[in-house]
Amino acid sequence: MVEYWRWREYRWHAQHKDWREGELVTAGVDVGSVSSQAVIVVDGELYAYSNMRTGSDSPESARKAMEWALEETGLTLDDIGFVVGTGYGRVNVPFSNKAITEIACHARGANYMYGPNVRTVLDMGGQDCKVIRCDDRGKVSAFVMNDKCAAGTGRGMEVFADLLALPIEEVGELSFQVEEEPPPVSCTCVIFAKSEATALLREGWPKNRVLAAYCSAMAHRVVTLLEQVGIEKEFAITGGIGKNIGVVRRLEDEIGVKALPAKLDTQIAGGLGGALFAQRLLKKKLAAAA
Amino acid sequence: MKAHYGYKDGAGDFFLIIDTDQCVDCQDRGCVPACPEGVLEIITDDYENEVAAVVEDHRKKIKYSCAPCKPDRDRPPLPCVMACPAGAITHSW
Amino acid sequence: MITAGIDMGSKTIKVVVLRNGRIIGKAMILAGFESQQAAEQAFATALEEAGITGEEVERTAATGAGRKYAPRTQQAISEVAGDARGVHKLYPNARTVIDVGAEEGRAIRCNEKGKVLDFALNEKCAAGAGAFTEAMSRALEVKIEDLGPMSLTSENAIPMNAQCAVFAESEVVSLLHQKTPKEDIARAVHDAIASRIVSLARKVGFEPEVVLIGGVAQNKGFVDSLQRALECQVMVPEDPEYIGAFGAALAATEG
Repeated sequence: MVEYWRWREYRWHAQHKDWREGELVTAGVDVGSVSSQAVIVVDGELYAYSNMRTGSDSPESARKAMEWALEETGLTLDDIGFVVGTGYGRVNVPFSNKAITEIACHARGANYMYGPNVRTVLDMGGQDCKVIRCDDRGKVSAFVMNDKCAAGTGRGMEVFADLLALPIEEVGELSFQVEEEPPPVSCTCVIFAKSEATALLREGWPKNRVLAAYCSAMAHRVVTLLEQVGIEKEFAITGGIGKNIGVVRRLEDEIGVKALPAKLDTQIAGGLGGALFAQRLLKKKLAAAA
Repeated sequence: MKAHYGYKDGAGDFFLIIDTDQCVDCQDRGCVPACPEGVLEIITDDYENEVAAVVEDHRKKIKYSCAPCKPDRDRPPLPCVMACPAGAITHSW
Repeated sequence: MITAGIDMGSKTIKVVVLRNGRIIGKAMILAGFESQQAAEQAFATALEEAGITGEEVERTAATGAGRKYAPRTQQAISEVAGDARGVHKLYPNARTVIDVGAEEGRAIRCNEKGKVLDFALNEKCAAGAGAFTEAMSRALEVKIEDLGPMSLTSENAIPMNAQCAVFAESEVVSLLHQKTPKEDIARAVHDAIASRIVSLARKVGFEPEVVLIGGVAQNKGFVDSLQRALECQVMVPEDPEYIGAFGAALAATEG
């Protein structure tokens, strides 16, 4: 049975780098409700990461993500000086030294990924959607997080990918393969939008058109969240839905601001921010011990 | 930091907004006992400051948690808002 | 006088035929994708049960989310008015009406004459209506009519973190993985939606007698959770889904 919501899990590490030449090796583990990432940073530079689906057991998911990130690097957990746990499952990362909220971590991660000019970060995760305002050092100055309602989250998108029997990694592209842009679905609620979509399909709407209508509604919803804390350039997107151009392009059009192009995987922002926090905390710890 | 706690769903926007920069110098913490539903608490945030926040359990049902103080008519001033001398607390609904 | 009421609900359409204020025929059908056709069918069924023809119906009133599309009607009334009307006729001492349908939850306060004093709605969010329990029954892989009785056998109250039907489905799957007994999960589902409905009731300031109607009223597990959360007895009429249409039919007698 095809699982349309399933996206590729993967790992990566900097092949040309030798972590042994580095001084401070730290890690951030972001255990979200849908996906988990472990990110390893050496002297403040991204070194390795893994991205996988969160299982039913948070501590287990944290461990697996970490093991996978370490694979092939020659690193072991003992070599890591400080681990920060973040995300919904942050209190359940058994080997972490400290838990930090995903708000602070995403701001930090975005600051690394997109540079010190980022002032507004939109993170659309598996079961939440947040907007974070930050300064040039990635410190949070305002945030709004919605993790109560599935609309505007990855799960909402998964429900639709499943309904339309389309692989989730293709929905963005497919949503633009329409004759003309349809009006958005009228229901914000994913459950009701699904009923609405079913009726549209029955009326003869092609799948891509329904997809476009849904992406349009999701984009609009996210825009209202953005407007709540205000949008200041530069604007950047993190999280899984950052990879869905169907939503990204439509929301960029609506706010009239383009998001900075992503050069790194948008899903690792939380873990990366955590690893950077870990670095600072490790430095402090070593300085205090000296 | 302006922290917006709450959610947005099909029925609207329900956020309790706390300007935590104002919490740093606050000695009183009057907002916490002022709330009859125990919605607020003091936490240490990610930057090591002691600030007011919405209790995790209430965050996702803030509309329901705050409902007793928000009757449809003759709504009195909200106790949490009144309790903060810096005016750091506002509600979006 | 023969009148009829059509409740064009989002999931089901109910038709009630009255003669001198008493029900002589009723029918319920899934609204499906052609709601007008479904309404006509329901009408036909109700008329057959009543043993009369369409021409004998003097006046028809419609209510429900889709009342604009109701065929054969001369007047329309809001769901709130229909509910209050219908309940007051059956329970003259009712002061609070709670209607939990497939897509909307309502709390209505009325006076001794059945006049609406205040009302509050849980709309546009599946977590506040029947769509929630339906989604959960799917996640638990039980039939919706079995969900209620199953939850009544639970002896453990467990919290439900998710406040959204989509997230709650994931939470249920997670709980099942952790080997949580199904009946405990079922109970948690009912407790969760009951607490949202109770908040709605508190908003209008509920007072006894409290009457529960709408499709979800058939769910004994929900009724149990609701009574516990309200700390007050809740009356459920026979055929609770028909009360809206009943109220509309009553309104039609007054033209």
